[in-house]
Amino acid sequence: MEARSLTASTPAGWTGTLARVRETAGGWGLIVALLILPVYFAVKDLTKGYQAGVMAGHPIIVHNLTQFGETLVQGLSNGMIWALIAIGYTLVYGIIELINFAHGDVFMIGSFATVGFWGTIGLGFATGTLGLVFGLFLTLIVGMAVCGSLNVLIERVGYRPLRNAPKLAPLITAVGFSFILQNVGLLWLGGSPVGVNDLLRQGAVVFSISGVDVHRADVLAFGVTIPLVIALTWFLASARAGRAMRATAQDPEAARLMGINVDRTISLTFLLGGMLAGAAGLVYALYQTTIWYFQGFEAGLIAFTAAVMGGIGNVRGAVLGGLIIGIIQQFSDARFGPEWTGAVVFAYLILIMVLRPHGLIGEETREAG
Amino acid sequence: MSELIAQLTEWRDAVLERLPPWWPRALAAILIAIGILLPFAFGETSGFIDATIKALAFVVMALGLNIVVGFAGLLDLGYVAFYALGAYSMGWFASGFFYKAHVHILSSALSTVPGIHFNFLLVLLSAALICAVFGAIIGLPTLRLRGDYIAIVTLAFGEIIGTIAVNGTDIHLTGGNGTPSDPGMTLTAGNLGIPALDLPYFPGIGKFQLLNLRAWYWLIFAILLLVLFVNIRLRDSRLGRAWVALREDEVAAVSMGIPAVRTKLLAYSIGATFGGMSGAFLGAYYTTVNASQFAFSFSIFVLAMIIVGGLGSIWGAVLGALLLSYINFYFIPDVFNSLPGTFGLNFSLTDLSFGIFGFLLVLVMVLRPQGLFPERRRKLELTQEIERDQAMLQEPTT
Repeated sequence: MEARSLTASTPAGWTGTLARVRETAGGWGLIVALLILPVYFAVKDLTKGYQAGVMAGHPIIVHNLTQFGETLVQGLSNGMIWALIAIGYTLVYGIIELINFAHGDVFMIGSFATVGFWGTIGLGFATGTLGLVFGLFLTLIVGMAVCGSLNVLIERVGYRPLRNAPKLAPLITAVGFSFILQNVGLLWLGGSPVGVNDLLRQGAVVFSISGVDVHRADVLAFGVTIPLVIALTWFLASARAGRAMRATAQDPEAARLMGINVDRTISLTFLLGGMLAGAAGLVYALYQTTIWYFQGFEAGLIAFTAAVMGGIGNVRGAVLGGLIIGIIQQFSDARFGPEWTGAVVFAYLILIMVLRPHGLIGEETREAG
Repeated sequence: MSELIAQLTEWRDAVLERLPPWWPRALAAILIAIGILLPFAFGETSGFIDATIKALAFVVMALGLNIVVGFAGLLDLGYVAFYALGAYSMGWFASGFFYKAHVHILSSALSTVPGIHFNFLLVLLSAALICAVFGAIIGLPTLRLRGDYIAIVTLAFGEIIGTIAVNGTDIHLTGGNGTPSDPGMTLTAGNLGIPALDLPYFPGIGKFQLLNLRAWYWLIFAILLLVLFVNIRLRDSRLGRAWVALREDEVAAVSMGIPAVRTKLLAYSIGATFGGMSGAFLGAYYTTVNASQFAFSFSIFVLAMIIVGGLGSIWGAVLGALLLSYINFYFIPDVFNSLPGTFGLNFSLTDLSFGIFGFLLVLVMVLRPQGLFPERRRKLELTQEIERDQAMLQEPTT
């Protein structure tokens, strides 16, 4: 690892060989690193077995992949939430090459606003199914609108005046906004996690495949994320404004010459990113049933890791990275304990940065060409 | 407004011209004398001196971070790692925490007490060494990365060290027999904190007291003078110019023969050293090392100091750190805390400290990106870069 990172200054003769070594390690090293945890746990479950329960005072040891499968399903559905947030990072980075540090906190505000809103319109355990579905749909729209406009506002106040300043300047205002939003959250609901009504009874099993239960929360995460990602992909590929976004990401000057309003396009990018973060905020609140002011910071870092893992600037990459990080995080929660998850995810972040800074699919930014 | 500023600048230049050539030295001597005599103006346990001691420790921190971020241009968001390592050095090597060891070197603790008890200066030195090594280790993976990725990797390292500090109670160094008298030694004491750190002791001077803050004040003032001296000498040295050159244009600097890897790693190491020294002092001053101190917001607090002061400017870092520390340790909790209450609002100002610092960061960046007391070269760069970009917009690029 050290030898590779020193190649920047090695003499020319070495560079060729070392670059090839790095290429191979970058290609396979990351994939091996990603597979190590799941494979290790799968093998361990099959060979050594695990305790599935207690019967008459004796632990029941079983040798199968059910527990593994459940972690995998939860990891995927958690990953759906990270994917929604990661898309916001990736869109913004793709277009103005800024790590929008405040994005995680916009997501947190999304959770707070949606929980507040469904309380206001009176959704509760007594609400009927139809009312619940309709009410939550309305909440989703409101959450998306709130977070989208918040993100646009932050861009207008904090980033647009610094468009021509050195790169560190907007990054620092982003950190500043992150702190301001955290303080808003702190004043809003206090400094410790707050439980919210488990409206969907998220733990209820919908169906199970060979012993692996799929819960309502998992269905919810898939059901919200997949249509949104499809809609976004269509928008970027086909809609006029979406094509303007891609053009601006590639070359803002050329885009301006072609008659694209660059400032408005950047605002639109922040709007889309914020809307997805708002949707993620609602799903998170229903899924975890606790919210607190610090969730945005943690989620933001996890989602940023996801975006980098997939290749920043790349929507498919963000979704893939989100799913992978979700699985890693769930395995770490289940096997090492949730208190270590932060360290595990960050260790992966550093590994990715060292082994393959372009990500799995490849980044789509101006610097990458 | 701008006319007024121009007029003021003119007056300032006129005054500077008439001063004798030895005035900077005279000013420095006067400031140092004021600094030494300051505690006599306040009581031995004055809240203001307490805030000043913390503020000076943060000035040392800010000077360290200024080397990494200001001079070398490597945005480090994980500076809290060195605060943690410095404070834990003090916790490990100057308390009864490792109760199975029994080492005493010129310590204030009774020689019958178990644990590792080194003299304060020895711990300070070991904190500096540990942080120098860790600074280089954290720097290594960032060498090939571009600016904002460096920020994220350093942040990740800071968070990993914070997580280890909180969960260090699960990391067993030696087994115990499980009784309260022999629980086994762990890496850290987590959120409970390592208690009862040794008070600093100097042969011939004696042991420090918690109820007399003056000795603490002079100690951190001496450390600050040392760090300040090293900082100024570094800035004007070959290494200092190499840092600035790398910050301005890495490709050009490397092609002029500057060893990029060594120069960057030295920036991380030296910056980390100062952070570790300050962390060790703060550990001893608080007499406890608690994992909850080592949060990301600490890194941002120190970063805000050097940004408000002016990135890359030594005096900017000093004044920015003093300003924000006094706001944080004196004005917010002591002076203005009940201010929202007097307007009938239902919170105290300490609840807002996060937001106040965030707001300051945004405000300074948007209104005055070069900081309050900018380094001359950085100021030129900031204005010229904008002019150059605008010039490029008007000409067709290749």
